[in-house]
Amino acid sequence: MTPVVSSGKSCAVNPLKLSPALGGALAFLGVERSLPLLHGSQGCTAFALVLMVRHFREAIPLQTTAMSELTTILGGAENVEEAVSNIYERARPRVIGICSTALTETRGEDVAADLRAARQRHPEWGDLDVVYASTPDYGGSLEQGWSRAVEAIVETLVPAAHGTRTLRQVNVLAGSHLTAADVEEIRDIVESFGLAAIVLPDLSNSLDGHVPDGHVPTSLGGTKVDEIAAMGRSVLTLALGEHMRPAAEALQRRTGVHYRLFDRLIGLDPCDAFVSTLLEVSGSEAPECLKRERSRLVDAMLDGHFSFDGQRVALAGEADLLLGLSSFFAGMGASIAAAIAPSASASLASVPAPRVTLGDLDDLEQQAGGCALIVANSHARDAAQRLAIPLYRVGFPVFDRLGAAQQVSVGYRGTRRLIVEVANILLDHTGEAHEVEPHGTPAAASHEPRKELDHAQAQAG
Amino acid sequence: MYERKVAKAFDEPGCGTNQAKSDKDRKRGCGAQALTPGAAAGGCAFDGAKIALQPITDAAHLVHGPIACEGNSWDSRNSASSGPVLYRTGFTTDLGEFDIIHGGEKRLYRAIKEIVQRHRPPAVFVYVTCVTALIGDDVDAVCKAATERLETPVIPVGAPGFAGSKNLGNKLAGHALMDHVIGTIEPDETTPCDINVLGEYNVAGELWQVTPLLDRLGIRVLAPITGDARYRQVASAHRARVNMVVCSQALVSLARAMQERWDIPYFEGSFYGISDTSQSLRALARLLVERGAPADLSARTEALIEAEETRAWAALEPYRARLAGKRVLLYTGGVKSWSVVSALQEIGMVVIGTSVRKSTEEDKARIKDLMGEDAPMFGQIPNKQMYAMLLNREADILMSGGRTQFVALKSKTPWLDINQERHHAFAGYDGMIELVRRIDAELSSPIWAQVRAPAPWERAEGAA
Repeated sequence: MTPVVSSGKSCAVNPLKLSPALGGALAFLGVERSLPLLHGSQGCTAFALVLMVRHFREAIPLQTTAMSELTTILGGAENVEEAVSNIYERARPRVIGICSTALTETRGEDVAADLRAARQRHPEWGDLDVVYASTPDYGGSLEQGWSRAVEAIVETLVPAAHGTRTLRQVNVLAGSHLTAADVEEIRDIVESFGLAAIVLPDLSNSLDGHVPDGHVPTSLGGTKVDEIAAMGRSVLTLALGEHMRPAAEALQRRTGVHYRLFDRLIGLDPCDAFVSTLLEVSGSEAPECLKRERSRLVDAMLDGHFSFDGQRVALAGEADLLLGLSSFFAGMGASIAAAIAPSASASLASVPAPRVTLGDLDDLEQQAGGCALIVANSHARDAAQRLAIPLYRVGFPVFDRLGAAQQVSVGYRGTRRLIVEVANILLDHTGEAHEVEPHGTPAAASHEPRKELDHAQAQAG
Repeated sequence: MYERKVAKAFDEPGCGTNQAKSDKDRKRGCGAQALTPGAAAGGCAFDGAKIALQPITDAAHLVHGPIACEGNSWDSRNSASSGPVLYRTGFTTDLGEFDIIHGGEKRLYRAIKEIVQRHRPPAVFVYVTCVTALIGDDVDAVCKAATERLETPVIPVGAPGFAGSKNLGNKLAGHALMDHVIGTIEPDETTPCDINVLGEYNVAGELWQVTPLLDRLGIRVLAPITGDARYRQVASAHRARVNMVVCSQALVSLARAMQERWDIPYFEGSFYGISDTSQSLRALARLLVERGAPADLSARTEALIEAEETRAWAALEPYRARLAGKRVLLYTGGVKSWSVVSALQEIGMVVIGTSVRKSTEEDKARIKDLMGEDAPMFGQIPNKQMYAMLLNREADILMSGGRTQFVALKSKTPWLDINQERHHAFAGYDGMIELVRRIDAELSSPIWAQVRAPAPWERAEGAA
């Protein structure tokens, strides 16, 4: 049990935490033809939008209920109704995902009731699903918001029914720590066992970065609503990340589908555990390509571990991201000098470090001295530069490099790629330095140069 | 309530547009209509206030609210500093549920104290946000107490997001400077050629494209408000001879207030484009001479203008042929809606439209001057419409901010960033040369032909 300590500051410095509403909006973007809506002042949406645009290098459909001081006091029911109406008219989404903000939560609104009343007045919204998630900004970080949104999607769009099972169908509840490419990799692995996977949320064709044929005013891809409705017929749910537990529990309550939770998917052991479950569920043989991938990973571990031995690494990130990556580094022989998370989670107790700090990037900077590597988002670049330590960019946001969403770190193949990339950074950084300082004896210092000089003079003369 | 402060901001004797309105219209605010839920796209008042003040490099900027306000927005603007970097640090009280229920004032005080003890800044700016305004935290009182006890100016900035638009936030920031900062420190020395520049934020180092020109004329920027500023400079801005307002109408209220209190004349100008840069230098020289600067300043300014214009046009000559007639869709805000237009027209590009969704009536009047009475001015262009326009090749290049970047790219249209997140500087004569270089490089990239070509399976279908 790793102790989790709070930094105890009254003022966050260089925050690591992001708003839960942004996490919720991201989760909704993993649903096909969806348009997330933040219930708050327009600034909440503008900031979240700009940050997501910078990270994904994509246009992000995200709207606001544009609350003013007056409407906050009087109540935002009309704003919600008007927003849904306007969005429906312009963009015809299949789903509108509403996330609350600190403003509307502090004021205290019964959005569910307001929505019910609004739907009565708008029969034309018949083919529109509206999901409401409570994601106040004072309730954790991005991970918590994502978790709430997925839970809300399950509660709203999965019919409460215990029905027949489709034997070769499984649910995958994907956590916020997985990139779009990670999600695709997991789907491929599951499907290689002859299983059909309903992945929720599915960013793999929504925020993967592709050029669609025309203008799309909603999410570019994601889990289809019909598929979500069919989740109750799966034979098992694979919940990826501790923060997917509430959604998995909700799904189980509603449909009786049991779940297995995988708190990590980076590294040989976690991947083996995942694959064991797939073998069990599918009753199939492991596909040849997967066996080859495992063998390649083992090879990379053998080649790469020398670079990791004894290296000190500092990490900062959302809890499940932090758990997955710190376990990977520890598993390769590195030691975790600093582990910083923005908000509390049960996962943190398993982080292989002397302690986890609930804090910010300033705490990271204070604790990362002497490390060989910092693993964090783009915000940490100034601190890394000041410490003269390389930064390996992970998580959200990564806005000063291309390809953040296309990075694969999970599964045998992803783990191998991670080993190679990190090992090369460590080699690059430590390669030139001497392990032992050059040292000359007085005799060597006085004789050799002069000898050479005499020789040169003799040549010239 | 912030309504009273906000209402005050909407009565602006310094703004011709404002004074020409009826009382009813004046109360509704500037330029923008009321926000439409589900169809709004702009930033909030807090955003505007922070943008205007954060470039003060050696001050600490503390956001009093839950995490979203600072957590989602810090470390995003490209305002450059020649020295201190404290302004880049994100400070926030990151209010939790407990603070919201019981009030955040104690936490705020402790946060200010932590900052002052650790960094010893010349000042701390404290930004109010929606939630702290809603729960009634008396930020003014906390700041006053902190100023006294910690012997450091702690300045409240009352621009909570829900008070209004980004533009309003700029204004409220100006109020904060007038109420608490400007006039509180006397400069070590003054010259008859001291000026302030209001609304210039040194994005990508743009101020540094202009200050060398001013140096050559012996004109000193006493206080940049606020690009690359030191707190002391802003605090002693009241001793400048002339104010230049760069950013459209946002800080004209500050200029007007400074004129009222200290008799400092002001004018509006831009440093985008060759003729606008020259005009601004002329105006500066004229006003400075009127206020007692050596009379030869005007002649020297003309000489510099002539030399620079000759140099700039010579550098641009090779690009004229390639860019003449190329069509630009300009989708940006405020001052850039007209100042960049004239710059582009100077080199023979055709501006097929500019957006005035963030512009004031005066901005629009200038656009009409430049582009004719039926100037194609757009309000907000919905993404779908913009995508269609670009796919239809109505423009050769879109110049805008990051939010519409991908509308251009997905339609395989060249794009140039001219908003606050940009990484290139476009001010002054050098900046114009750079702008043209960048436009040319973007337009002539070999990728456009490649990405617009059909895929192999599309070609086969076409042939069959």
